[in-house]
Amino acid sequence: MRIGVIGVGHGRFGRRSDATVQELAFEAYRLALEDAAIEPDAIDASVVAAVPEYHKQRSVAGVVQEYLNLNPRPTWLTEVACASGSAAIRTAWMAIASGLHEVVLVVGCQKMTELETAEILALMGRVGEVQWESVFGTTFPSYYAMFANRHMHLYGTTRDNLLEVAVKNHHYGALNPKAMFRKEITLDKARASDSVASPLCVYDCCANADGAACLVLAAEHRVNNRDRVVWLDGVGAASSSMSVLRRPDLVGLPSAEEAAAQAYRQARVTAAEVRVAEVHDCFTIAEIMAYEDLGFCAKGQGGAYINERRSYIGGEVAVNVDGGLKAKGHPIGATGVSMATEIVTQLRGDAGERQAPGADIGLTHNVGGIGQYSFVHLFRRD
Amino acid sequence: MFSWFGKVSFVPYTKVSDFAVHLREGRLMGSECSKCGFATFPPRADCPECRSADFTYRQVSGRGTLFTWSRIDAAPTGFEDLGTYTVAVVDLEEGGRLLGWLGDSIAESDIQIGMSVQVVPRIFEEIEPIKLYYTVEAPAVD
Ligand SMILES: [Zn+2]
Repeated sequence: MRIGVIGVGHGRFGRRSDATVQELAFEAYRLALEDAAIEPDAIDASVVAAVPEYHKQRSVAGVVQEYLNLNPRPTWLTEVACASGSAAIRTAWMAIASGLHEVVLVVGCQKMTELETAEILALMGRVGEVQWESVFGTTFPSYYAMFANRHMHLYGTTRDNLLEVAVKNHHYGALNPKAMFRKEITLDKARASDSVASPLCVYDCCANADGAACLVLAAEHRVNNRDRVVWLDGVGAASSSMSVLRRPDLVGLPSAEEAAAQAYRQARVTAAEVRVAEVHDCFTIAEIMAYEDLGFCAKGQGGAYINERRSYIGGEVAVNVDGGLKAKGHPIGATGVSMATEIVTQLRGDAGERQAPGADIGLTHNVGGIGQYSFVHLFRRD
Repeated sequence: MFSWFGKVSFVPYTKVSDFAVHLREGRLMGSECSKCGFATFPPRADCPECRSADFTYRQVSGRGTLFTWSRIDAAPTGFEDLGTYTVAVVDLEEGGRLLGWLGDSIAESDIQIGMSVQVVPRIFEEIEPIKLYYTVEAPAVD
C-alpha cells in the first residue's frame, strides 16, 4: 500500500506577535483542508510537532486539537528537537501503514518569540550534552562551528563557501511570500556580519521564528484526487550520539547518511534522480554537509557544490528554493512539515517563480540538534 | 561533588561523581570496565559494550591532539562574564575525547587542528564553593 500527501497548508513564518501557537496552527490547517478538498470528518487522528520548552502552554497538542475543533479524535505530540516535524510525519505514516488510521493530519507549529532574551540564552546553553560539554558554555552555533572548522581543515572548504549558501537561500527566500526574510543579500554583506562562534557569523545562522505548517496524509484507497497526490515512498530515520565526544568525526552527520540510505532503498530511488530537495540549513555548514551526506556530491566536495551553483535551480538538485531555514525562518516544530509542504508544492508544479522545472522526485532532510536525530523522506509524483 | 565540575553545573548527581574529587586533586580520570576492559573518556558507569555496572577509574595523561575548536562570541546564561572564550575538543592519547577551554598558553593565531596539546586540571580561585574545570594548553604547561 502506498501512502500519499493529499493536502498541504503553510502559514507565514516570522515574528508573529499577532497570534498564539494554536492560531498559527489554524492558519495552516485551514489551507491544508482547502487544498485536500476534505472536511474534518475525513480525519482520523492528528500528530502535532512542537518543542515544548518554548511554549508557556504545557502539552501543546491538547490546545491545538481543541482549537482545530478535532476533539474527540486522538492526538499526540512528537518531539525530537528541530526534527520534530519529520518525526510527526513518520509517526503518521506508521499509523496509516499499520492499518490503525487511514487519514492523519500532521501539524507542525512553534511560537519561539514569546520567550524573554534571558530564557532564550538559558535554553541556548543547554543545547549540548549537559554533563560534559555545556559546563564549558557551549552553544548551538559553536557545535556547528566545530564541524565547520573540521570541514575546512580536511577539505579546504572556505568561509566564502559557507556564506554562498546563505546568499543562495536568501535569493530564493525573496521569492517566497511565506518567508521571514524576503531580501537578497550579497557576499560582502554576509562577510561583514558579526562573529557568533568562529568561523560562523550572523549570516551563517538561521533565525528563531514563529509559524506553522500542516499536511494531510492518506492511505492509497483514501486518496481523493489521483492527479494531485504526492506519494511519500521512503521514510528513513536514524540517530547519532548526543555528545560530540562520541562521534567518529565532525564532517558530516552519520544519522543523516543512514536515514538517506534507508529512504533511497525503500523508495528505490538514487541520489542522482532527486530534482528538488529541502535540507536542514540551520547553519550554512549544515547545508554543505547535507549535500555530501545525501550523496549529491562526494564527501568533501560540498564547498565546490555550492560554489559552482549546482544546488541552484538549473543545477543538479534545486536545494532550499523556498529560502531554507536560513531565509524562511526556523520555527523548530514546524520546520519538517514546512519542508514537506514545499516539496509537495514543487512536485505538483505549483511553486511559481521558484519552481524547479520538471521536478518529479523530491527529498526532505530534517535534522534534530547536531544530528542526534535525522529523518530523510522521499516524495514522488507519478 | 559532581556539582563542582564546570562553571555552571546542570547535573549535580551521577554515578561517576568521584571524577570531580579526582579532578580537584589534579587527576584526570576516565573509566575502565572491570568485566571486559572497555576504557573511555569521559568516564561512564555502565559499560556500553557488555552492560556491566562494575568499573574502575583510570587516569589519563591529558596529552593529546587538537581535534576541533570554536571561539564563542555570543555566550549563554552563566558565561556572559567571560566575554569571549574558546572551546577546544581534544583527542586524548589514551583514547576518548575531552571538551574544555583553550588556555592562555595557546594564542588563537597559533591554533592548528592536529597540534599537540596538554589538558591541565584547574580550580576557579574566585568562585565559592569549589568550581573545577580544565584548560587545553601547549605541551609542558601546568
Ligand atoms: Zn564491559
